[in-house]
Amino acid sequence: MLSLNHYLIMAAGLFAIGLYGVLAKRNALAVLMSVELMLNSVNINLVAINRYLHPGEGTGQLFAVFVMVVAAAEISVGLALIIGIHRLRSSVNLDDFNLMKW
Amino acid sequence: MNALIESLVFYGIAALILGSALGVVCSRNIMHSALFLVLCFLGIAACFLELQAGFLGMMQILIYGGAVSVLIIFAVMLVMNERSENTNPDHGEVSVKILALLVSGGIFSMLALAIRYSSYGIVNSSAPSDGMGVLASMMMGNYVIAFELAAVLLLIAVVGAIIISKGEDEVC
Repeated sequence: MLSLNHYLIMAAGLFAIGLYGVLAKRNALAVLMSVELMLNSVNINLVAINRYLHPGEGTGQLFAVFVMVVAAAEISVGLALIIGIHRLRSSVNLDDFNLMKW
Repeated sequence: MNALIESLVFYGIAALILGSALGVVCSRNIMHSALFLVLCFLGIAACFLELQAGFLGMMQILIYGGAVSVLIIFAVMLVMNERSENTNPDHGEVSVKILALLVSGGIFSMLALAIRYSSYGIVNSSAPSDGMGVLASMMMGNYVIAFELAAVLLLIAVVGAIIISKGEDEVC
């Protein structure tokens, strides 16, 4: 029988994979993709908890919608930053981005 | 029988999501990572549909499967200036990789323990048939300020993305 725990464990696994990507990758685009994975795992959590604990209300789904909006804003600005810095440094390697380090 | 089919579908979707997420993180070619990411988004949309959140599933397909993935693939093509075989390397130092594995594995096991040993007040009723109507009345009712703020945030993000990527002297 399928329960809430199944979804929560799956979302936790997705979050851990995304976290590993953020920490271990050097390509800035790969880091952004991993952040997207983490945000999506949070969305799964919100929707699953909404479905199993308060099926009559839509609060969790509404929060998931707002998370999606913020994620879309984040990915557009992040990709613009990566493209801008690629024109400056012609690299997307995070180790080369030390412009603001002193 | 119904429960068996339901759990089989769930395990299939979970395998798709986790496998393609591993593909995103592990593949050496950034283009393959982007395509795996699209697959992962579609799997998450299927997961939403299985949770009877039809509106969110459609939003997921439209926003993530359509817009965000196209944006990411275009950005990958714009910034890829070397041979694509080794565009997505892991961190060079092994210690960093081991540290990342430890941190993410630790967080996963902590979360799994917390999920295993907590109890919830599960409500055994089905979702309302008019889920989208519930969402719409919340968006235009109690949460209307957050809804409008989200619209403003999207507008600011679009303008900011244009200005950042074109450079301020080109835009004005």
